[in-house]
Amino acid sequence: MKLPGPNDVAALAAGQLPDARGRFGPFGGRYIPETLVAAIERLEAGARAALADPSFQAELGAELRSWVGRPTPLSHAPRLSEAWGADVWLKREDLAHTGAHKINNALGQAMIAKRMGATRIVAETGAGQHGVASAAACARLGLHCIVYMGAVDVERQAPNVRRMKLFGAEVIPVTGGDATLRAAIDEALRDWVSDPAGTFYLLGSAVGPHPYPWLVRELQAVIGLEARGQMLEMAGGLPDVAIACVGGGSNAIGLFHPFVGDESVELLGIEAGGSGNGLGEHAATLAYGTPGVLHGTMSYLIQNTDGQVIETHSVSAGLDYPGVGPEHAFLHATGRATYLAATDAEALDALQEVCRLEGILPAIETAHAFHGARRWAAENPGKRILIGCSGRGDKDLDILAKQGVAS
Amino acid sequence: MTAQSMTDAIRSPKRAGRPALVSYITAGYPTLDGFAAQLQAVCDVSDVVEVGIPFSDPMADGPTIQLSSQKALENGVSVKWVLDLLEKTERSAPVLLFGYLNPLLAFGFEALAKRCAEVGVSGFIIPDLPFEESDEFRAAIEPHGLGLVQLVTPVTPIERAATLAHASGGFLYAVTRTGITGSGTLPDSLAGYLAALREASPVPVCAGFGIRTAETVQVIEPHADGVVVGSALIEVLGRGDDPQVFLNGLMETS
Repeated sequence: MKLPGPNDVAALAAGQLPDARGRFGPFGGRYIPETLVAAIERLEAGARAALADPSFQAELGAELRSWVGRPTPLSHAPRLSEAWGADVWLKREDLAHTGAHKINNALGQAMIAKRMGATRIVAETGAGQHGVASAAACARLGLHCIVYMGAVDVERQAPNVRRMKLFGAEVIPVTGGDATLRAAIDEALRDWVSDPAGTFYLLGSAVGPHPYPWLVRELQAVIGLEARGQMLEMAGGLPDVAIACVGGGSNAIGLFHPFVGDESVELLGIEAGGSGNGLGEHAATLAYGTPGVLHGTMSYLIQNTDGQVIETHSVSAGLDYPGVGPEHAFLHATGRATYLAATDAEALDALQEVCRLEGILPAIETAHAFHGARRWAAENPGKRILIGCSGRGDKDLDILAKQGVAS
Repeated sequence: MTAQSMTDAIRSPKRAGRPALVSYITAGYPTLDGFAAQLQAVCDVSDVVEVGIPFSDPMADGPTIQLSSQKALENGVSVKWVLDLLEKTERSAPVLLFGYLNPLLAFGFEALAKRCAEVGVSGFIIPDLPFEESDEFRAAIEPHGLGLVQLVTPVTPIERAATLAHASGGFLYAVTRTGITGSGTLPDSLAGYLAALREASPVPVCAGFGIRTAETVQVIEPHADGVVVGSALIEVLGRGDDPQVFLNGLMETS
């Protein structure tokens, strides 16, 4: 594989990527069974038509304002700033309806699905945030929603399962494979393969076959677009670094993408370092993985030398995924963004610090970004830091108790 | 062996006057030790045999083949293991490899093509490699005479199906999820789909319908050059039953 270099970043900043084949350099593409080809071509045409239609954009914008609560605030974090010796700003996706950035994408795709005439929606979920967002959006639009969720995650994210059911969604626990997010995606894809004409697959992260990485980024870029304007207005300039947690990478790509052309802004993704850097101990795909194809896209994977995908580990269900979006693979290979890992323990420690100093309970996923920011601040004193506060941690109270935090 | 050997085997099946039998077995399932003898036994009563390379995330497979893949991986099956076994095992039918892209990518396309030619593999079925993404793979295997079998489904428009048929090496694999009940007739839509494929295809058309009974084979027989048997055979092997008895029974006329 010929990896892209720094000179290839300009094409991404100029809005030329993905290309017509859904590629970010060698990454991306559409590795899907023939059964899905017609359905995914229909999806791409429907999504392009919707996003290019001013009346659809106006309708989406109105829903984002009046139902989701956008724009989300940019909060200055004075006590974290003091503690870290930095100027810290938080983009508050935790304040979006349903508690995380996931709603931006779920609402947009559900509206596209409805516009295309779909009535049956399938979604996968890891931490349950995308499942909750999809269930809420489908309720709002009168669509039937089926959520596949790994049996392990059903257990560890029980409050979100109850919320999905309240919104009228059908939650199907997946016991096959590793019974986490990856198995849930496998199962949602199988559902779609068996009924490609009648089903709309509402994919929750910037992964999967083209057009999903593009579509999800377009719907999540609102995070970075708002944050960029808010930084200029409130902080007096662009950040020196933008930091977000990365599982599949939808909140991170939403935050990063509008800054790609701002050369002065460093981009830093923080992956789940789990309990260590050995295979099976983490879910840090870019930090430790190698290129390969999973779930329809060429990207980086956590795999063994035979090309078998390896079970991952993370305390955060939402980051517990062995792949990563192809645009992140491109940003990593070109060096435009840097990807590092934060361990379970580091994330839990950062979570408590954010609670204590700012009165904000971030999701365990988001806490990884806070640890990454704290470490970056220690190495780069006195800088202006923008953190994607992707979700709130109310869903994590049981896990926190089990981990001996807040018990 | 080459893609042409698959075409020839399907055009002149072992059971004269009957459709060709294409059998799928997962490599190293249910055991590693018994696999060579099992492969030979299945080859002896089949016209083409698909040997499945297990993958950790078989997104296009049902529960039976998912479980067989998982067991094969636990048994330690890899691309290299399969190729080494094929090198040492005489077969009486052309063999192709059925596998998801990532393990083949990890092995390396050029190395895979060379090694497959050495051990007498005829071609490949890769369920997550659609035609549009297959240039690089086909460029690696075609100089060795190996074929990439294309799949078509009832939702594939006929113009596209014709393109795929012309790009297909060995035969064309017609998939459908539409079940066939014991009523003894093929739904008109399916009969029309297969007829259009055979009209458009320069290579034989083999149909995979979740085929489990001799009655089903007889229903499909007038409409396809061959039938593909997968999950039902894996269930037979999982139970420890004789695959030849099952496959011969499947191809018996009433």
